[in-house]
Amino acid sequence: MLEIKDLKVKLEDEDKQILKGVNLTVEAGKVHAIMGPNGSGKSTLSYVLSGRDGYEVTDGSATLEGEDLLDMDPEERAALGMFLAFQYPVEIPGVGNMTFLRTAVNAQRKARGEDEMSASDFLKEIRAKAKTLKIDADMLKRPVNVGFSGGEKKRNEILQMAMLEPKMCILDETDSGLDVDAMKLVAEGVNALRSEGRGFLVITHYQRLLDHIKPDVVHIMANGRIVKTGGPELALEVENNGYADILAEVA
Amino acid sequence: MAVAQTKQSATEARLASLVAHEGGGWISSGRQAALERVRMMGLPDRRDEYWKYTRPDTLVQAEAPKAALFETTDPRVFDGIDRLKIVFTDGVFDADASDDLSLEGLNIERLADIAGKDIHWAKDLYGVLETNGQTPVERPLAALNTAFATDGVVIHVTGQVSKPVSLIYNHRSEVSDAMLHHLVKVDAGAKVTILENGPAAARFNKVMEVEIADGAEFHHVRAQGRDHERRAITHIFTRLGVESVFKSFTLTANGMMTRNECVIELTGDDAVAHVAGAAVGDGDFHHDDTVFITHDAVNCESRQVFKKVLRNGATGVFQGKILVKPDAQKTDGYQISQSLLLDEDSQFLAKPELEIYADDVACSHGSTSGAIDEEALFYLRARGVPKNIATDLLTLAFLAEAVLEIEDEALAEEISSRLEGWLVRHNG
Ligand SMILES: Nc1ncnc2c1ncn2[C@@H]1O[C@H](COP(=O)(O)OP(=O)(O)O)[C@@H](O)[C@H]1O
Ligand SMILES: [Mg+2]
Repeated sequence: MLEIKDLKVKLEDEDKQILKGVNLTVEAGKVHAIMGPNGSGKSTLSYVLSGRDGYEVTDGSATLEGEDLLDMDPEERAALGMFLAFQYPVEIPGVGNMTFLRTAVNAQRKARGEDEMSASDFLKEIRAKAKTLKIDADMLKRPVNVGFSGGEKKRNEILQMAMLEPKMCILDETDSGLDVDAMKLVAEGVNALRSEGRGFLVITHYQRLLDHIKPDVVHIMANGRIVKTGGPELALEVENNGYADILAEVA
Repeated sequence: MAVAQTKQSATEARLASLVAHEGGGWISSGRQAALERVRMMGLPDRRDEYWKYTRPDTLVQAEAPKAALFETTDPRVFDGIDRLKIVFTDGVFDADASDDLSLEGLNIERLADIAGKDIHWAKDLYGVLETNGQTPVERPLAALNTAFATDGVVIHVTGQVSKPVSLIYNHRSEVSDAMLHHLVKVDAGAKVTILENGPAAARFNKVMEVEIADGAEFHHVRAQGRDHERRAITHIFTRLGVESVFKSFTLTANGMMTRNECVIELTGDDAVAHVAGAAVGDGDFHHDDTVFITHDAVNCESRQVFKKVLRNGATGVFQGKILVKPDAQKTDGYQISQSLLLDEDSQFLAKPELEIYADDVACSHGSTSGAIDEEALFYLRARGVPKNIATDLLTLAFLAEAVLEIEDEALAEEISSRLEGWLVRHNG
């Protein structure tokens, strides 16, 4: 599904190398987790994959189902099936949540040459999906993320994911700032989307989320590289001993 | 102070290009006095402080600069609104295109029809609010209008009115130089909505004087658009009685030169005046909102909300002043002017001013100028919304705050859809 080879990325305006050769393959149907200390480059990886400005790829490649992602505009990547649940969802005053999502869904459909979703089908679907995430009608009407609590913003990200039905979902610290109940809701939302044809890359600091979203593979990222890869037990090791041991071991 | 020689000759050149109509009746003295005011003040030139950001040359020169006609078959704004239509083509009343001028709750006459009468209530309003509005800042182009305008509507609102009165301004001649002078008198407790739309003429000078009695309401929604080369100077002068309401919104799309002045005097306690505008311009668009609000009574509220979207070198101007007189305690004055600059060639020039002589007041003002929010743009694109559509969404969101000032939902919807249409044509 997602194939990243020797990806090297620096900041566009600064001489600062952030990703120093990342190799990672997420197969369809699998959940991969990335853990790692703050500042190791996890968010940068997710931004570069989704096409944010400000980064320069100096080497390597990233493909989604064989298609080169790095030359595409963010909207083209989205239409191809790439989705990023933001670590910090953006507030957009004046743009209604519902309008935003409907525009996004139909823009993606159009880009793929599919028919647009009718207003009534859209409404039916979003209501049903919002309900399972405990997002009320008022939140759907409000401007995107404006006045939402931290937890509401994260649930809103999952709602967007559920509506857009992407092939490759990257979740950047979707668990941070969530209480136990909210985390369960988010995890249920994610689990409901797990399927044969869909890959997940879950970036997190904590084992907690991985109790609910069981990963197939766990990677440890440090200083711009994947330094260790293992099974779910690797997450437990981090939980119990922190990163120090692992980092010492690979140094 | 004597008018400088160059200004004086420019003024005389302009006056020579106009035909004086005495009118014969009650209007003669008003016109005569206005002509004297024009000569006293002289027409504005680029050295005037009040015209620092907007060059008055093309508004003052003897001949109107040519303005190509904009051909379109698109439906026009307010087409979907049930209203009483009064049509002017290049500044001349068009009876065939207009509705029958009768509607319960108000009385409509043409200025041209009543000017020759010996007496008419209009005498107490024509040029009166305009004259008041000449201090402390001179507005000579308004006086010029009072001196030379021959047509316009004279509306007396006596009760509740079932639908808006809609003034439609067609532009059919590339060289038309039009003036209209409207009077609106809203009696105590009465309420009216006036709509205006259309390019009007190659050059348009319009004055509207609005007297709002105690407990009366005046609502105004205007759309200036279409013909890109048109030029306009418009003035609204209004005086508000106790617990009365004045709300005016203007959408401006395109136009090489538009200056809209709004001069508001709150003279009755507990009155409310809101004036708002959304302007979208491209290229050699120049748009100027100039507002002067005088608080001269207790516990009044005034509110100014102006938003401009500028691209490809367009220019936006805002001059807004709140003057609070010594006895105008408990004044609540708010003013915001913001521009969204879609590129570095465009510019927004703002001069917000507060002058306060009362001590128990709450006044605030702010002015900002900024580019599109890159974070928001990326967020939208990452969800699959193409860049041009995402830019439009953010632009509309920026303008929404001004559009929200329109009380009537159907009218607000009309304005929003015009803005969307403009964006689609210019971005899509
Ligand atoms: N736009 C940026 N400007 C400056 N520094 C940045 C920028 N983006 C990332 N960095 C730096 O790159 C490193 C990796 O950051 P990030 O990808 O956010 O790490 P993580 O998500 O793993 O905490 C950090 O040192 C961070 O300060
Ligand atoms: Mg991060």
